[in-house]
Amino acid sequence: MKKNWPVILLCLVLATGLVLPLATGASPPGFYVEVLLGGLMAGVLYSLVALGFALIFKASGVFNFAQGAMVLFAALAVARLSEQMPFWLAIVLALAIMVVLAWLIERLVLRPLVNQEGVALLMATLGVTYFLDGFGQTVWGSDIYKIELGIAKEPVMVLEQIFQGGILVNKEDFVAAIVAAALVLGLALFFQKTPTGRALRAVADDHQAAQSIGIPLNRIWVIVWSVAGLVALVAGVIWGSKLGVQFSLSQVALKALPVVILGGFTSVTGAIVGGLIIGVGEKMAEVFLGPVLVKAFDLAGGGIENWFAYMLALLFLLVRPEGLFGEKHIDRV
Amino acid sequence: MTGMENTRAHRIGEVILAVEGVSLAFGGVQALKDVSFDVREHEVRAIIGPNGAGKSSMLNVINGVYHPQQGTIRYLGREYHDMDPHEVAASGISRTFQSLALFKGMTVLDNIMAGRNLKMRTNILMQALRIGPALREEIEHREVVEGIIDFLEIQAYRKMQVGRLPYGLQKRVDLARALAMEPRVLLLDEPMAGMNLEEKQDMCRFILDVNDQFGTTIVLIEHDMGVVMDISDRLVVLDYGRKIGDGTPDEVRGNQAVIDAYLGVSH
Amino acid sequence: MLYRENGQFKSSYSSDQQMLPILQDRVLMIALLAIAFVAVPLFVSDYVFLSLLIPFLILTLAAIGLNLLVGYCGQISIGHAAFMAVGAYAAYNLALRIPQLNFLVVLVLAGFIAAAVGILFGVPSLRIKGLYLAVATLAAQFFMDWLFARVKWFTNYSPSGSVSPPPVELFGWVLDAPAEKYVFLLGVLVVFTLIAKNLVRSHIGREWMAMRDMDVAAEVIGIRPVYAKLTAFAVSAFFVGVAGALWGFVHLGSWEPLAFNLTLSLNLLFMIIIGGMGSLLGCYFGAAFIVALPIVLNQVPAWLGVPISTATASHLEFMIFGALIVFFLIVEPHGLARLWAIGKEKLRLWPFPH
Repeated sequence: MKKNWPVILLCLVLATGLVLPLATGASPPGFYVEVLLGGLMAGVLYSLVALGFALIFKASGVFNFAQGAMVLFAALAVARLSEQMPFWLAIVLALAIMVVLAWLIERLVLRPLVNQEGVALLMATLGVTYFLDGFGQTVWGSDIYKIELGIAKEPVMVLEQIFQGGILVNKEDFVAAIVAAALVLGLALFFQKTPTGRALRAVADDHQAAQSIGIPLNRIWVIVWSVAGLVALVAGVIWGSKLGVQFSLSQVALKALPVVILGGFTSVTGAIVGGLIIGVGEKMAEVFLGPVLVKAFDLAGGGIENWFAYMLALLFLLVRPEGLFGEKHIDRV
Repeated sequence: MTGMENTRAHRIGEVILAVEGVSLAFGGVQALKDVSFDVREHEVRAIIGPNGAGKSSMLNVINGVYHPQQGTIRYLGREYHDMDPHEVAASGISRTFQSLALFKGMTVLDNIMAGRNLKMRTNILMQALRIGPALREEIEHREVVEGIIDFLEIQAYRKMQVGRLPYGLQKRVDLARALAMEPRVLLLDEPMAGMNLEEKQDMCRFILDVNDQFGTTIVLIEHDMGVVMDISDRLVVLDYGRKIGDGTPDEVRGNQAVIDAYLGVSH
Repeated sequence: MLYRENGQFKSSYSSDQQMLPILQDRVLMIALLAIAFVAVPLFVSDYVFLSLLIPFLILTLAAIGLNLLVGYCGQISIGHAAFMAVGAYAAYNLALRIPQLNFLVVLVLAGFIAAAVGILFGVPSLRIKGLYLAVATLAAQFFMDWLFARVKWFTNYSPSGSVSPPPVELFGWVLDAPAEKYVFLLGVLVVFTLIAKNLVRSHIGREWMAMRDMDVAAEVIGIRPVYAKLTAFAVSAFFVGVAGALWGFVHLGSWEPLAFNLTLSLNLLFMIIIGGMGSLLGCYFGAAFIVALPIVLNQVPAWLGVPISTATASHLEFMIFGALIVFFLIVEPHGLARLWAIGKEKLRLWPFPH
């Protein structure tokens, strides 16, 4: 109990901050719910990217800094390919490309570095990020591209009876949330029920033990990276359709880092919960905390979103480094 | 051997280190259960026992690397159970490791100089400018370290990266680094593991010399029974985390519990 | 044959511990310094100063700062440009509000302020390491980005957010010619390199390296982790803060808030990976590489007769960076500095093969 009180304190502070705008009546309830929903939707998208991180880390112990670049690459592929062919074909082709990419990364980057510590691998994935950024833009071009999902982009007014003025909900975000949930469910089933999924979990637990029972490590890693590629593809399509496919997409994906910190690097549940917390926290901070800070310190505009996620992650790192759902790491001497 | 035993026996002093009722558990594993023994100054105390008996854990507790759930360590009148390793080091206890804990990125000389760290006093600014006191201090401590290098006969290797040395020499560097701290109590974790006969004889000689010349109290974990019986003044026997024997080599040799647990085959 | 230590015996510890124990190295260093300080300013064009040498000198200083933390002490930081920003803005505010201060004093004070901030953001390293620490340093990066863009006091309420510091003046001598700036920066870099070298070979340097190699063992021999890590952060931030101030005052002349963003942080990291972590010489190599690469990429295709647009060139740059990072990490994790050391080993035997 003694060790847990900083975490509890932090959660209390956050929870208070969460309900404060509503409790003090500083904002109309309808608006509050809108912001909340917006945060949740953004959170879902963060979770998607974080899922890719968590998967790769879980199975291979590598922290894939390049996940953001993979999202961008996949999105670019889909956007450009769909200009030439029907959308479903573009998706299939893009998926194939991501699998090839996964195989290449495993072969050229991971395998030679298998004995180095985590930091070297982190920097290697940084290198891959840079390479993918440049390569993607060389191959697919560097303009802003659109992905047409065929969903209406205008927000819809709902629940007008309960909240005065109703709440604006974006249909696209809603679809995104459903897709993300379906993906997570699918992945969870995959891990739990299929032999490949079981092999993946074995590898995540103990590489050597898994090898000793005949699980082909390299093949597993390719599968994991391909799954991460699939997740990147889905995230890329959704983000891309929302924001347009552009370079800044990979920066946005960087936000998924605090998500895995919060959730725990090895936890799929953590990626989801962490994503939601970061998404909501960020939006709330920007909309409600921002103006307060601007007034108090005479700031030139808001922009709290840019660092709130990281600061939150930092605080969690100090009180609970393994994240909400991660495993504690014991150093044996 | 008997003459030597006599001269050493009469130098042994009062109790300098006492382990009292120490219990240590990791998650579900009970590494140590209510272990108590003492160590007298200037003696060579061996901790023996089958694999997994908790010997390394015991040293780690004395060192402050692990904090026991119960019990305390009494050292030089002070009682502690949750000191940090560097505080323990500062109070005069140093150790070597079973799996070498050398600083792979540094040379032999730098590794041993690192052991002098506790004695170095100049602040950062003086070191940055490397004038006067800072320079003198470097040279002073270099002399001490060279003395240790001579003592352990590793002069030829002083500028080599430790990672490139053969295992036996790395063990000597580990010992040199521990000695550089000028400890009152030296904890040695299997100092002769993986050595051939000649290397073992050298290491024995070094350990006895350290005990003789510097009066350092030695607590060592060792599996080679011949070595243990020869050089130790007293033994502690651990099995599954409990103490099952405590006394001179002769006493322990005759202890039925110890024989049952482990001393079935003599070397 | 030329490069041998035969006959060079050391008869005292102080001569054994000197920086350049081999005579040929000392001769080479003196020649190099002579060329750098005297010949270069006389013969090199302004363009080369402005686009190559001046950024090279300042970035080397920053790389040394980062290398002390990452390469020698083993604490990862991917947000180090934040400390450059602190140094730059601190120097700006000092120069603006206390104009009587000598520029050298401004630099040193800016360095100390950066060091203080460095200690603050170094606190997480006491509890976390590896990639968790990397994320914490990202927090520093983004927070500083925001702080200097939004808190108007730092930019002296400038409406656009950008600042223009007064020109650098030293004892009445105004630095405006590129050659003058070059000589000044060279002097600063030489002094700081000496300081870094001294730190690295004294006991604080050994404490850092011990923490990097095996922190549990380091504690067991009496090294206090808090002291070692925080001093590493402080000294590193000091170096990098001074570099930031120089970057803003001497190289950029005026800058906007995003001048010290994540890209710069990552560039610094690449410099020390390619150059060689844990090697001061490597910082020079890495900085030279990073500064030269874009220029080479721009010029070479034109020489070869294959024109490429600037956009493609910058994409290519990214690709080459990325590929090189991976290449170096796989093939030679100790970077160009190790290749240089291997070259010197071969030189000892030359012209004999073995």
